[in-house]
Amino acid sequence: MADRLNIKVEHLTRVEGHGNIVVNLAAGRLEEARFEIVEAPRFFEAIMRGRDYQEVIHIAGRVCGICSISHTCAALKATEAAFGVDISEQTLLLRRLAYNGEIIGSHVLHVYFLAAPDFFELPSVFPMIEIDKDAVLRAMRLKRLAYDLCKVVVGRHTHPVAMTVGGFSFVQDEDELGRIRARLVEAIEDVKQTVALFKSLTVPQFERETEYVSLKDPALYALYDGQIYSSEGEIVGADQYQEVIEEYVVRHSTAKHARWHRAQYMVGALARINNNFEQLHPLAKEAAAELGLTVPCFNPFMNTIAQIVEIAHCVIDSVDLIDSVLDRGVQDESSRVEPQAGRGVGAIEAPRGTLFHDYEFDDGGKCVSANLVIPTAQNLANLDADMRQFVPQIVSGTREQITRQLEMLVRAYDPCISCATHMLTVEFS
Amino acid sequence: MKTQAKPRVAFFDFACCEGCQLEVLSLEEQLLEMIELVDIVTWREAMSEKSDEYDIAFCEGSITREADIERIKHIRETADILVSLGACATIGCHNALKNQFSMDEVLHIVYGDRAEWFDTISARPITAVVPVDYQVNGCPASLPEFVTVFKHILMGKEYKPPNQPVCVECKLKDNLCVYEKGMLCLGPVTRCGCDAICTSYGHACFGCRGLVDDPNLNAAQDVLAKYGLSVEEIVGKFRVYNNWPELSLEESHSDG
Repeated sequence: MADRLNIKVEHLTRVEGHGNIVVNLAAGRLEEARFEIVEAPRFFEAIMRGRDYQEVIHIAGRVCGICSISHTCAALKATEAAFGVDISEQTLLLRRLAYNGEIIGSHVLHVYFLAAPDFFELPSVFPMIEIDKDAVLRAMRLKRLAYDLCKVVVGRHTHPVAMTVGGFSFVQDEDELGRIRARLVEAIEDVKQTVALFKSLTVPQFERETEYVSLKDPALYALYDGQIYSSEGEIVGADQYQEVIEEYVVRHSTAKHARWHRAQYMVGALARINNNFEQLHPLAKEAAAELGLTVPCFNPFMNTIAQIVEIAHCVIDSVDLIDSVLDRGVQDESSRVEPQAGRGVGAIEAPRGTLFHDYEFDDGGKCVSANLVIPTAQNLANLDADMRQFVPQIVSGTREQITRQLEMLVRAYDPCISCATHMLTVEFS
Repeated sequence: MKTQAKPRVAFFDFACCEGCQLEVLSLEEQLLEMIELVDIVTWREAMSEKSDEYDIAFCEGSITREADIERIKHIRETADILVSLGACATIGCHNALKNQFSMDEVLHIVYGDRAEWFDTISARPITAVVPVDYQVNGCPASLPEFVTVFKHILMGKEYKPPNQPVCVECKLKDNLCVYEKGMLCLGPVTRCGCDAICTSYGHACFGCRGLVDDPNLNAAQDVLAKYGLSVEEIVGKFRVYNNWPELSLEESHSDG
């Protein structure tokens, strides 16, 4: 076992944004293990002030290129809450559909393009073509389907163009929805093949029980809507997020962390499945059983597996949603919205976990203040705690093995650093 | 026929959402064809290999820290060809909105009493810090334009972005003008090349591809006249994407 070990992985690859892994071990004792954030901050809360609500929503979507539909939806929900605007059943169904598209796209990107190369000990997805071309083509097919689903519903996957306060700026084409439905049904086979592939791979064994936080909805597997739920057994309204989620600074750490009941908590696919397993679609439960994911699951590496279960859920749920939309017939529901003074909170389960947007507007619809709470920021304390417990377990390995396993741990969280850095504390050495 | 090795390509990002690189990844099969023609040697978001030797650098994001200036200068010195990828790199995008406040003020709004821990300078596009050889416009970057630029680079040809307003593409698509719906649209002064995607979905254009060269001459004056608008009025809305340099009609952008 190494007596002294210093690992610094600068600008970890195959994650969104810039982060460093730092581990220091001296005299056999762990001195520090942390994930640093070195992304340039973008100051969203500052730049939104004084801007018209439509510009705020447009800018909000640009917080993230991977989950811009989540950010746009969270901003729309917050604005609708502030203005007292109710959305129609059709708008809700279509937003949930676009939202499923984003979850599928984001999870496929992470599972196949960012995480899978580790299991094959490859530096990226590109050389995987030599080893398992079918898997790479399947990944591309699923991602293309997710993008096309978003295109049909909101115009585009990255930075959607057709979502407005109260509804949509265009009327979705029923024939296109029907064609996407057929492709979703065909994709069930690709989902099964994905399950089969990952069933054959070995996920690192590591457990650390923590607090799991997600939205919860009595009727549905909570993604688009719900109350804030903790696995400690507490549930509160989304608009009370600031009363339960405490963001704090650890002196020796570089990033703002979050806690609720415990010193840290986890958000994301694994937290959602731990909290809401019963509401998953039967096909997704089947996938979970195949993949050996039983709840509660305390292995953070299983977050990648939980994402595969959610891909299964979202594919089949999208078929059901399209059926509901087509049964009703797509109506032109464009409406004008009158801004009013007020504050609103929008909470949503982004692919990486619970996301909060909170805006206050004046009576002309100009933004007075903004606050965004990002999933990756909420996960950082939990990730550091995992690293502190994980390093002593793997320290007998070679430096390369230890580094690789730590990189895999960070990647399992699927961190989205660009999202998180608008408000994270960043240390410059 | 050339016998030299394939050109080496690197992707880098500064302050941005990484959506442009994600768009490039979504080229999928086409991306695999491109890999036949070049060697991608550095792409942190997608692969673990890294190299400080490359011929072509695609750079996404804005410059917002002193350290970024040194980094982009190093990339400029290393690469034969530098491409600004997307609105943050080419025109500043939302990052530059903070430039209308003092840097102290934005630091305090976001970081409170820990503001002094951080370093930020007025945000600027890469094009304002180093010369670039090619630009890909849009938020996210327009994929057809990315592919066009990529081909031009490989052929050693200059690429001139289109210099007509979005209205031209919008009219070709027979869209109902969104001004008819009472919206303020930046299509009349914005560089086309996006296939008028936002207006085709019934939304207004926010100007993500930047101003046409000399908007007073090249803008769709008939649209402005019909709705009683001046170029000055709609340029006010333009700050969402185009706040670097401090916008004035006298110094409209050139292709560089």
